[in-house]
Amino acid sequence: MSVPQSPLFGSVAEVTERLAEAGYLASTAVATTVYLADRLGKPLLVEGPAGVGKTELAKAVAAATSSGLVRLQCYEGIDEARALYEWNHAKQLLRITAGQGRESWDETRDDVFSEEFLLPRPLLTAIRRSAPTVLLVDEIDKADVEVEGLLLEVLSDFQVTVPEMGTIVASRRPFALLTSNSTRELSEALKRRCLFLHLDFPDAELERRIVASRVPQLAESLVEALVRTVRVLRELELRKAPSVAETIDWGRTLLALGLDTLDDDAVRTTLGVVLKHQSDQLKAAAELRLN
Amino acid sequence: MSTAGTIGPGAGPAHGLPGHLVDFVGALRRHRVAVGPGETVDAAEVVTVLDLLHREQVREGLAAALLRRSGQRQVFDALFDLYFPAAIGAGSGEVDVPRIGDGDAGPVDIGALRDLLADLLRNDDDAALAELARAAVEALGRSGAAGVGAERSGAAPSWSAYQALRLLSPETLLAQIMDDLRAAHDEEPSRFADEIARRAIRERIARFRAMINDEVRRRTAETLGREQVARTAVPMQAEQVEFLSAYAEQLAQLRRIVHPLARRLASRLAVRRRHAKRGELDMRRTLRRSMSTGGVPIKPAFRTRRPGRPELVVLCDVSGSVAGFSHFTLLLVQALREQFSKVRVFAFVERTDEVTHLFEPGAELSGVMNRVLREARLVSFDGHSDYGSSFGTFAEYWGDAVTPRSSLLILGDARNNYRDPNLTVLRRLVGQTRHAHWLNPEPRRQWGSGDSAALRYADMLPMHECRTAGQLADVVEALLPV
Repeated sequence: MSVPQSPLFGSVAEVTERLAEAGYLASTAVATTVYLADRLGKPLLVEGPAGVGKTELAKAVAAATSSGLVRLQCYEGIDEARALYEWNHAKQLLRITAGQGRESWDETRDDVFSEEFLLPRPLLTAIRRSAPTVLLVDEIDKADVEVEGLLLEVLSDFQVTVPEMGTIVASRRPFALLTSNSTRELSEALKRRCLFLHLDFPDAELERRIVASRVPQLAESLVEALVRTVRVLRELELRKAPSVAETIDWGRTLLALGLDTLDDDAVRTTLGVVLKHQSDQLKAAAELRLN
Repeated sequence: MSTAGTIGPGAGPAHGLPGHLVDFVGALRRHRVAVGPGETVDAAEVVTVLDLLHREQVREGLAAALLRRSGQRQVFDALFDLYFPAAIGAGSGEVDVPRIGDGDAGPVDIGALRDLLADLLRNDDDAALAELARAAVEALGRSGAAGVGAERSGAAPSWSAYQALRLLSPETLLAQIMDDLRAAHDEEPSRFADEIARRAIRERIARFRAMINDEVRRRTAETLGREQVARTAVPMQAEQVEFLSAYAEQLAQLRRIVHPLARRLASRLAVRRRHAKRGELDMRRTLRRSMSTGGVPIKPAFRTRRPGRPELVVLCDVSGSVAGFSHFTLLLVQALREQFSKVRVFAFVERTDEVTHLFEPGAELSGVMNRVLREARLVSFDGHSDYGSSFGTFAEYWGDAVTPRSSLLILGDARNNYRDPNLTVLRRLVGQTRHAHWLNPEPRRQWGSGDSAALRYADMLPMHECRTAGQLADVVEALLPV
């Protein structure tokens, strides 16, 4: 492990406060786990449905601690060359041709596998930065199982091994945050190295505050009605339950349409903003007697 | 938290906080939450850096260190409340329970208490509700209620969620709260607004019921010892609830895990497919190739696998006794339908009928079981399961549905009400298919007991025990085609 470094936050309350300054209203669960992840130097694995603010959390932590955000967006088929590092082959070839006839092979080889020809990808970038860094590995569940193996070394020891150059150890441990929509089960090995946070829909009080802070022009009574309706919708067995992002979108929609109450007509015309499936809309309309 | 390890009998020897933490982890393990020693060490570290006076922070911190899956949270919370109780004894509540007479120990005035509860439910104040739950359980357990034959005095206190909820009967407050809300508005609210308010209140009432249950569990743990309570009163993870004994709420919870479960199965399958991309060694082609290298097989040839996406035929008992299991399995099959080239679903009780059209993609699936029972012709005589005649009608009308390309999946408990099991027809059907499997929600030791024909059917096709969603997932994963 690298040199001990001073923690970013002093207490859980301070986490809440500074995240709020960065525009992220954190629940006790979020604040506590962020504090622990920083304090224990462990990566934080955030799991939960789409649109509850997993990626936002990473951005907010970066903003609150004035760290740089390094983001690795995972997708199916992502590999070492995209996640860790790559040699700049074209430049290496140029270098070899340029030096031809003037220097020995040994010199050329040593020069070609040096810093200058290394293309760092997000993981290596995050490790090598000396300034405070938040490393966001987004949607890790989309990546293949092999990438998880790659992450193990990076996340447990915060080091990367480049065979030609040796092992690069982090001079300053980044705050690592992994997000997952749980489309697949992550490997036990990876989970064991992380603190686990299941981010679910916030409680009513918190959601009201989130909507009010994101759409400040919205009247308080309307926010109240909006959140209550969305919470009832979540209780129905729908294909896709509306998330916080959708509540905010709904608020913005009502604002843009200049509606100041959530009456039947308003709901009927704008329900598509929160429910994205036709069958969900039909079901909600029938169950909530909207016809 | 300084009192940890000293609560009640049966708490075991006190080793301070570390010992207590280990006890807690042990309880989690007994509830099939897999926690390794590494996680326990993490939890200990968590406890050292957190302020132990903030109970919610300790709860979240331990959850972050110990849990690895979201479905485990409910079990964790219940056990956490037992091992790290919010208060000892009655606690120091702010809420005064209204009583008959002046004293502090008079019987509880249920009417006034219900009014208080209605106010809190209307105002949606969670903290106050929790306080009220605590005070109400305490007062009702110690002093009883006035005028309902539940007065107690002097006797040992008894904590009962059933009694508290029966006396308070929060459900019956719904109409009163709705009237209050309507009176607060000048104009008549629309039906939609009304419905939203009604459902919101109902959800709060459910929350209050849960609070009463939690509180009673905590108080009981103080008298009986928490190991005892942890064993009997802590809810199971949804995946480990037995289908046959699940109640409505658990079944609804199960339905919510269908899609995550299906996704998990599909992704594991994808991994298996990738690993199995290369088939077995093709001897003939390897030898033919080796001729060009002087008989040395330098480049072996492999058979390429054909992706087999079989047709699936599901025959499913939908009689009352196994309905929960059938429903869940059908939803799972529906969620996995991409893995099959064609799925046909048949339901039966006394006779068989095809219900594939009810499971079309995009169909509304939560009420599908009711539609199956309403629209399909499943009953001919008295409505008791009759496996023999069901197989008979299936073979008669849809016998051509099973082909050598199809897999047959039969769901049911094989309780045949002592009727003819019709083994000949089933044997013929099994012979026509590529694979046939039977999923049985009963525990294996009960197979063949009483009117169960399970063992006789099991002679003809492999029968798997599927008592819980977890077990079902394992079986289905093993059966899915690579």
